[in-house]
Amino acid sequence: MAEALGKTLAGLLSRISIPRISARGKALVYTGLAIVLAVVFMAIAAPLLTPYDPTRRAGPGYQPPSWEHPFGTNNLGHDMWSRTVYGARTILIVVGLAIAISMAIGVPLGLVSGYYGGKLDRALSMVMDSIYAFPSLVLAITLAVVLGPSLFNAAIAIAVVYVPTYFRMVRGQVLSIKEELFIEVARALGIPTREIIFKHILPHLLPTIMVVFSLSAADAVLTEAALSYMGLSVQPPTPDWGYDLYKGKGFVLSGYWWLIFFPGLMITLLATGFALIGEGLGEQFRRE
Amino acid sequence: MGILRYIAVRTALIIPTVLILYTLVFIVLRILPGDPVLAVLGTKNIPPEQLEQIRHNLGLDKPYIVQYFEYLWNVLHGDFGTSMIISGRSITVDLLERLPATIELAVAGMLVSLLIGVSTGFFAAVKRDTKLDTGLRVFGSVTYTLFIPWLGLMFQLVFAVWLGWLPASGRIDPDIGLVTVTGFYVLDALITGNVVALRSALSHMILPALTLGLVLSGPYTRLVRSNLIKALESNYVFAYRARGVRERRILLHAFRNALIPVVTYAGLQFALLLGGAVLTESTFDWPGIGTYLVEKVSYRDYPAIQAVVIVFAFFVGVISLVVDLIYALLDPRIRY
Repeated sequence: MAEALGKTLAGLLSRISIPRISARGKALVYTGLAIVLAVVFMAIAAPLLTPYDPTRRAGPGYQPPSWEHPFGTNNLGHDMWSRTVYGARTILIVVGLAIAISMAIGVPLGLVSGYYGGKLDRALSMVMDSIYAFPSLVLAITLAVVLGPSLFNAAIAIAVVYVPTYFRMVRGQVLSIKEELFIEVARALGIPTREIIFKHILPHLLPTIMVVFSLSAADAVLTEAALSYMGLSVQPPTPDWGYDLYKGKGFVLSGYWWLIFFPGLMITLLATGFALIGEGLGEQFRRE
Repeated sequence: MGILRYIAVRTALIIPTVLILYTLVFIVLRILPGDPVLAVLGTKNIPPEQLEQIRHNLGLDKPYIVQYFEYLWNVLHGDFGTSMIISGRSITVDLLERLPATIELAVAGMLVSLLIGVSTGFFAAVKRDTKLDTGLRVFGSVTYTLFIPWLGLMFQLVFAVWLGWLPASGRIDPDIGLVTVTGFYVLDALITGNVVALRSALSHMILPALTLGLVLSGPYTRLVRSNLIKALESNYVFAYRARGVRERRILLHAFRNALIPVVTYAGLQFALLLGGAVLTESTFDWPGIGTYLVEKVSYRDYPAIQAVVIVFAFFVGVISLVVDLIYALLDPRIRY
């Protein structure tokens, strides 16, 4: 099973044309990658980077940043540095899960819908377009409310929002690729449709999928943060940037800036990282 | 037939979109697992008879198909039912009360984003491939990923708490006697000639509008930049130059042409604007529909949430219609 999967993946990868990216594009991709990888590193190495348990009192409350607590402490005396580092885990898990789900649904649906066309295609497109046109944050909020606040449910709520993004992109590309000569040849040779779709069309989509992946990941980071800002994601005391920022909101007037600055900065940084990757990769498409 | 036919067809097309969204919302909120009544009341030990009674009062015990059409019928008559938390409170009344605040913020945010986006895009294009251009392009892509509550709270810290220049939150000083006529405070202040109220309303609006506008400005920067560059390279600009028209006039002309796609984009971005408004409102305690939604979310007030979603869907549909119609008026090639 694993071997077969590996072979399929290797087969797919060998078919991707290596994108030609401009110098500016490269700079963007590398900057973005550096940010995202730094956050991933934080998440993985969290226990090594933090001296305190993020959910336990580590000192007096409301301490401004110091050597002892580089990001200060919150009202409960939690060490904000530890909460920030561990918070990377939460957001990466939710976003990763969400994007995986929406890709797993959106990409195959787009392939089939675009390739076969017909009534099913029209119906699917209409539904997807309607969802796409709707304010994604409000949709995610609604779903998260219905499903109940938890890490997994937040991921599902976010996933639903991005299915149309993948569907529309894949469908659009399939529509143009399926008219090309090599697909006609494949059909004439009697290659099974499934093989045409997954082995001959899908590989051409991978570069675009990579761009959309990065951009939707950037967006999903902001959506997760928004859900958790409203208490609709992971429940406290689990560290989560959006929730910590929400808690910090109560201390604006007291001027406790560190409770606001750090969690929000991390959210923005991570989103920016993904966006830069997507934009850098996207350069290539605009040049051609 | 021409334009009238187009308007009719395009207007009719809004119906399926809104209907699909209505249906989705209905499925999500009523049919998917998850009992609204239990969600509101929590896991408290409530006798089953009482639960049944509550369901009955809300009409949740009827067959889905009946619920679907009954609710649709009511919505079409502007009746969104009553809140589940504060019994008897009409949701329609609540929404109408808060709608002006949201529209005011959305319009202000859109104006700010256009102002920032168009001017940065203009300078990036004119100073193409210079450091300024690079800087503005980075600005254009980074602003989009700013997390709205963070930006808003940082603005509050800097401009309200530290510098004390502007109020941190709210929509107007509560002790200013502003007579509300339309619900749009700025407009009301102007109508009643209340200068103090106008000052207060405007000063409360600056930070939220700046937050929302800044985050949404990035795409305009790019759009205006690339369109203006394209326009400056086109044949008519070449012809102008050949005829010795002054550079400034050429630029003005190209700039006007580069602005046309901005109209469409502003319409497309409306959904984003609404989503952003929800976060901006809750960050600044701005008493609009967004804050209402967030408030209702914390109580799991289903009928109210449902109503907000449907109202937003309707807005999105209408705005896209308006944009298409404006476009059809501008461009005689678009007809059915």
